Amino acid sequence: MVTCVNDAMFPDTGKATVAVLRHLGVDVDFPKQQTCCGQPMVNTGYLDEAVPAVRRFVDAFAGYDAIVTPSGSCAGSARHQHAMVARRSKDPGLQRAVAETSPRTYELSEFLVDVLGVEDVGASFPHRVTYHPTCHSLRMLRVGDRPTRLLRAVRGLELLDLAEADQCCGFGGTFAVKNTDTSVAMGSDKVRRVRDTGAEVLVAGDNSCLMHLGGLLSRQQAGIRVLHLAEVLAAREGTRA
Amino acid sequence: MTGTFVGMPPFPEAARVALADTQLRANLGHATATIRAKRAAVVAEVDDWEELRTAGAAIKDEVLANLDSYLDQLEESLTRNGAVVHRAHDAAEANRIVADLARRHGVDELVKVKSMATQEIGLNEALAAEGIAAWETDLAELIVQLGDDLPSHILVPAIHRNRAEIREIFAARMGEVGRPAPDDLTDEPVVLAAAARQHLREKFLRAKMAVSGANFAVADSGTLVVVESEGNGRMCLTLPEVLVSIVGIEKLVPSWQDLDVFLQLLPRSSTGERMNPYTSTWSGVTAGDGPQEVHVVLLDNGRRRALADEVGRQALRCIRCSACLNVCPVYERTGGHAYGSVYPGPIGAILNPLLKGVGVDEQVDSLPYASSLCGACYEVCPVKIDIPSVLVELRSQVVDAHRDGVPKPEAVAMKSAGWAFGSAGRLALAERASGFAGRVVRRLGRGVLPGGRRSVSRLPGPGAAWTAARDLPAPPVESFRAWWRRTGGGRS
Repeated sequence: MVTCVNDAMFPDTGKATVAVLRHLGVDVDFPKQQTCCGQPMVNTGYLDEAVPAVRRFVDAFAGYDAIVTPSGSCAGSARHQHAMVARRSKDPGLQRAVAETSPRTYELSEFLVDVLGVEDVGASFPHRVTYHPTCHSLRMLRVGDRPTRLLRAVRGLELLDLAEADQCCGFGGTFAVKNTDTSVAMGSDKVRRVRDTGAEVLVAGDNSCLMHLGGLLSRQQAGIRVLHLAEVLAAREGTRA
Repeated sequence: MTGTFVGMPPFPEAARVALADTQLRANLGHATATIRAKRAAVVAEVDDWEELRTAGAAIKDEVLANLDSYLDQLEESLTRNGAVVHRAHDAAEANRIVADLARRHGVDELVKVKSMATQEIGLNEALAAEGIAAWETDLAELIVQLGDDLPSHILVPAIHRNRAEIREIFAARMGEVGRPAPDDLTDEPVVLAAAARQHLREKFLRAKMAVSGANFAVADSGTLVVVESEGNGRMCLTLPEVLVSIVGIEKLVPSWQDLDVFLQLLPRSSTGERMNPYTSTWSGVTAGDGPQEVHVVLLDNGRRRALADEVGRQALRCIRCSACLNVCPVYERTGGHAYGSVYPGPIGAILNPLLKGVGVDEQVDSLPYASSLCGACYEVCPVKIDIPSVLVELRSQVVDAHRDGVPKPEAVAMKSAGWAFGSAGRLALAERASGFAGRVVRRLGRGVLPGGRRSVSRLPGPGAAWTAARDLPAPPVESFRAWWRRTGGGRS
């Protein structure tokens, strides 16, 4: 599952995910029927409106061994919210289908570390990097240190500790526009911590959080680039001379 | 007298005002970080913390599932112990009971133990309207009361005040309602506490009647429990002749064995202490010792409404520890007043809509959205209230409550998104439009993100809320979907 945000806004993350998985010998497909996991509607309270998306999800991904997505948030939605949407639909068929797809959905770092048993994916990325653990991967999926284990194995990469890393960046889906001021206040504090690390690149496993933080960094002309974990893991940059 | 939350604007508006107060943000950031660290340290000491949380949740669920029989049991045992039990359906009934008791005893003042239930029902204001003064004796509540202020935290209601402000409030106001602050009052914590002690001592010794809440009510023995840090509670519970306790019907625990679980969970979660300095328990009247007339008011005030909510009822497990406030990134930045209730923070964002109902008041309806759903609250909750899930459920109730009216732009957008996400073909069409927009931005946009991607710094309409402080990357010319099709899955 590439996710709707990556499909429409960050296709390079999708391409990187495909590249990383293929490099490790995984037979990757992109079922064309996929759209969105339904999370934007669910988290704003529009459960009926999420039913078609969840229906589309279970149809598109029926029959695959694993559903891998470069987003902790969307994996969390599939694992923890689809059952609720299915109940709301009162369709027992959908509820059964969700029970099939939900447990087979993995966030990228979970799939690499737990299912493939890999930490070194052969990447090289000679830059100073700090990592922001996004809330849903941290607290909903409990991915723990899987992403940083992957990053530490990347050649040339210097991983810098982020203070108060587990604090939310303030994106929060429609929270970012419904409560703009609070969202920006949270993001500004996070960005200050990121700048304090001296990193060149801020990495996370969710492009929606990075879009928010990257937007703030860009507005502040901080000169810090944001990049999805998948793109770092797909990188094959030569080490610095 | 304290102010009132009536007429507070919806959360986003109230938050904007609070966020502009940089002193408040600094105070709150410092205070919440301190309590967070204290809590984390003492929780880490307990090997079976997770088991305790599970036990706490299970005990409360058992009580809630059999609420009426436990309430009857409590009433029976309290009555047997010589207490008089009243049941109050709402705030007005509870306030009426207290006012009538005060009148019957001919008192025009009473002392109070810090109590969320009495804050919730606006007891002080109701009594004031009848000419009865209710003196808060908890230090922070005293600061709030003397300052004509509103509480902004469940445990530390004056968290938004610093020492200098407190000195000013004491110096200006203490004399109006009792013993004045000494002339040489400084903002040293010890000096401020001494002034409060002198001021309150007079009231403790004079009061004929006290009002408290209860942290717990033990059903089988008919015992009420109050935990506190300052000893003011112990004074109120032992010195006056008449004691009235307002107790929410969810405060029940079946037995002392169950109480044991909560006396471990509560202090570590709230003040970050292993044990509270004062734990007071009383079971009705003891002849010749303490209050000789004891009343207990069992308060509903929306709790049965909350109990009827299948997802939301878990909020009634809450033991008012405020651990969720201290870890909440939203609360830390906006403070408690923005929530427009004596229950702020994550628990307030679910408790208020559950107690009051949704679809009636815009302010209440805004609360379930006052969260980024980061989940930090759920992790620390000592009774495992899944606050993020309840927030999402309440959001759906807010949306459902407005389905019949003229749809808001958001509802139209969500409906359209639902429609587009129902079919990959429809989504691809939308992406082609966005790819076109991307081409326009590449041609006309001036912003460039680090890494070379074009960006947008000003969007019209609803997008303006995004770009007020954030740039947005320009949409790519080619979506992933289009790339996959064009390259045959990236192989060509």
